[in-house]
Amino acid sequence: MIDSLWRDSVGAVLGIALLIWVAPLFISPYTLTILIIYGMLALSLGMIWGFGGILCFGQAAFFGLGAYAYVIAAINIGESTLPMLIAVLVPAIFASLLGAMMFYGRLNDVYLAVITLVVTLILFKFMNSTAGPEYIIGKARLGGFNGIPGFPTLNMPGNPNAYIWGDTYFYFCAVTLGVVFLITTLILQSSFGRIAVGIRENETRMSLLGYDIRARKTVLFTIGAAIAGLAGALFANWAEIVTPNLFSLSQSAEIIIWCIVGGLGTRLGPILGAAGLSLLKFLLGQQTLIDNLLITGLILVLFVLILPKGIVPTLNDLWSLTIGQRIIRHRRRPRRRTRRKPPRD
Amino acid sequence: MTEVVLETHALTMRYGGVTATKNVDFKLYAYELRCLIGPNGAGKSTFFKCISGLETPTDGEILMLGSETTFWTAHQIASLGVGIKTQVPNVMDGLTVFENIWLAARRQHNTPEANRKTEEILDRLTLRDIAHRHVGHLAHGERQHVELGLVAVGDPKIVLLDEPAAGMSSKDIEQMTKIIHELNKAAAIIIVEHDMQFIQSIANRVTVFHRGEILIEDHVDRVMSDPTVRNVYLGKKS
Repeated sequence: MIDSLWRDSVGAVLGIALLIWVAPLFISPYTLTILIIYGMLALSLGMIWGFGGILCFGQAAFFGLGAYAYVIAAINIGESTLPMLIAVLVPAIFASLLGAMMFYGRLNDVYLAVITLVVTLILFKFMNSTAGPEYIIGKARLGGFNGIPGFPTLNMPGNPNAYIWGDTYFYFCAVTLGVVFLITTLILQSSFGRIAVGIRENETRMSLLGYDIRARKTVLFTIGAAIAGLAGALFANWAEIVTPNLFSLSQSAEIIIWCIVGGLGTRLGPILGAAGLSLLKFLLGQQTLIDNLLITGLILVLFVLILPKGIVPTLNDLWSLTIGQRIIRHRRRPRRRTRRKPPRD
Repeated sequence: MTEVVLETHALTMRYGGVTATKNVDFKLYAYELRCLIGPNGAGKSTFFKCISGLETPTDGEILMLGSETTFWTAHQIASLGVGIKTQVPNVMDGLTVFENIWLAARRQHNTPEANRKTEEILDRLTLRDIAHRHVGHLAHGERQHVELGLVAVGDPKIVLLDEPAAGMSSKDIEQMTKIIHELNKAAAIIIVEHDMQFIQSIANRVTVFHRGEILIEDHVDRVMSDPTVRNVYLGKKS
């Protein structure tokens, strides 16, 4: 496990280095920042769905809650350090309550997907209806469908006037993604993560082995929501406005599509799926000939039909069948030679 | 063999208007190996599900290893030291044999100890050759053995086996019998089974279920020769 963690750490550092020094040669840091944020959001669902078997249709709810929690806290506090923490805690607490209700109520599969979707739509409807002056938390007016603009964005801890923006903000997001990736790796490679995979494979058996699957699923669901909340806060800082669209149905569906296209059961797959499809969406957004939602839908259909495992698992399979096999053969070869050598005496 | 490890009082389970088990009073003693038999629909599987926590009984009481477990869930009962094997092999198909057994071992032990226990079970159950194969790719008999490995690695005090010999070859059954006898040295065992040959080879005492109630409870030879049992079990009069 330590070897594997070391390998993943080196991989993550190299990936972030490429992202910081090579990717800006082709894509602007501003666009890359949002790709990173969406990647983190996809990773949050990829972890709970791909490794824990929890299909949450409402990951956008935690993303939106994180964004709103940050903005409301930032307006009231006047700086960003504590609001970033609140942005992680609020969705996590909300998810732990929702998760406990669902998992202890023995709700699974399609019921879980429907409930999480309904919760997202309730939040969407509610936030849209908060335009009136009575919807105010401290100094922050919720603003209804217009959302909340003009709030303190990310600053250096302890110095509210030293804003982190532009390229620096891009570097900050890239490093944060690397840290979240490593934390996710650590969780998934620990006993907790391996047990979560066991639960994904066969809940009844894991229960018969003595594991309290309800508690474990609630914890995993909460961790996923905390990561989505962090992504939400980063999004709020990038967009400098939060609107109820964060809770929209299309946002929820998109996260699921990113995971399917990138590949479930991997950590890198959802990140690549989110980055690739979001980039495509931005490029398509510059023309009016084809509706980009149509293209996203078409890509999903093609992937489900042709590459149902997604990009990263398919590449893994190809690697194992080609280069991976050669490496294994190459490693075995010297041993055979030494065996064939006759004894010197 | 005087210590009672499992006891039920007037255990009743109703599904809507159907009563699957009715006022079942049952006792299992430490290190005993008991077979539950009966025709289809006799209530033995429902009884098994109730005592293993997969179903909550409508009425009655279950006492297990000194605790009242009537309303306990499966994971709470398993935590008490009860190993459960279901009728259809209930394993993690997407994981390897090693990973399956490791997950079972990890519940009670820390990681290094779980690794050691897993290695030990792989050797004891002769699963070493298939340790790194995915369970979903194994034959039925091998999957049954893997599931028995999941039960054995937890060092249970009570083992509940639902049709362990179902769909297995005679060679596999022979190996299964050996494993069950080995498990029986440290645990009391209940086996729900249909295969009479297997029952005769393994059991001492047998409990016969009929229409949700216990019809007779006696030594296997006496039960087999009992005309009432033959009548209800084979569906013909002797």
